[in-house]
Amino acid sequence: MNKFASRWLQLPACIAAAAVALAADSNIGVTQSNIIATFRQENVSVDAPFRKFSGTIVYDAAKPGTTSAVIAVDMASLDIGDDETSAEVRKPAWFDSAHYPQATFQSTAIKPGAAGHFDAAGTLTIKGRVQNITVPIAVQRVGNANAFDGSFDLSRKIFGIGDPAWDDVLDDKVRVRFHFLVAGP
Amino acid sequence: MPNQYTRTAVALHWTVSALVITALAMGWIMTDLVVSPLKLRVYSWHKWIGVTVLALFFVRGLWRLTHAAPAPLPMPAWQRLSAAAVHGLLYALMLVQPITGWIYSNASGYPIVYLKLIPLPNLVGKDKALAASFEEIHGAGGALLAALIGLHVLAALKHHFFDRDDTLRRMLRWRAG
Repeated sequence: MNKFASRWLQLPACIAAAAVALAADSNIGVTQSNIIATFRQENVSVDAPFRKFSGTIVYDAAKPGTTSAVIAVDMASLDIGDDETSAEVRKPAWFDSAHYPQATFQSTAIKPGAAGHFDAAGTLTIKGRVQNITVPIAVQRVGNANAFDGSFDLSRKIFGIGDPAWDDVLDDKVRVRFHFLVAGP
Repeated sequence: MPNQYTRTAVALHWTVSALVITALAMGWIMTDLVVSPLKLRVYSWHKWIGVTVLALFFVRGLWRLTHAAPAPLPMPAWQRLSAAAVHGLLYALMLVQPITGWIYSNASGYPIVYLKLIPLPNLVGKDKALAASFEEIHGAGGALLAALIGLHVLAALKHHFFDRDDTLRRMLRWRAG
């Protein structure tokens, strides 16, 4: 591959890096927040948390339509349970986390719904592939913080996660559940 | 006391033998397999066999309590005692080994869905330290079980070929009922 082409192929990673830069001044209380991927193998649902992530959520309860969110997830931090399997998913056929260390979500439009609810549309970038998704989110007041809860399903195939040889034993659909706690009014 | 096993007891003995030996062989091999769909399948089958053995443990126990086993054939007291000890330990491990495996699986974060159909309750939550302990316990239990099966088989062969008594033969035929 020539240098020019390879530079262009790195573009999605650059975009992801830019999103990460945005998320650098994270306001998510990481210790009280979580992101859990639930995959299903042989009809067994397995919860695997991402141990490292950061992000910024700008939220004004009076004007939920102005909410914005940037989340960056350290892909190598997925904890599947045993170290060997966790190491496996970092390989090129899965997350290729050496080349694509982070997955990002960047909100593009917020549609307020019933009180305490809104739909966040945005771009989800995993393994350099970008998909537009809309995530229903519930907001709740917890002490002096806001808690954001939601979940969405993604397709492994769309993001090129996992060799097709696994398709018989591992569902394509992966559910991602999150709980973010952000201190503030 | 009868001098023969019931047909059910003989059938249970050989069914559980086949299941236990298969599970042990899988357990021996599967931990060394590289992460692959095959490994995942072998693990699933290993767990399903374990759950089956656990269920059959109760069937067998109930059957044995309600249908007396034949009295041991004449042999020195130390042999009768060691046979009883090995049988007792084999039964204990048929109960304990599936349960430690179940706990190990749950502690690692993997629920068990029997035959991909029946979700079994989690005995413990995800807990890395607990999983590491139960990996050791389950592995040691497997090694002990294999050793006991070895002793059990050697003793049966000794009775058959050297003592030329009925010990093994009566596990190969049965009385009615």
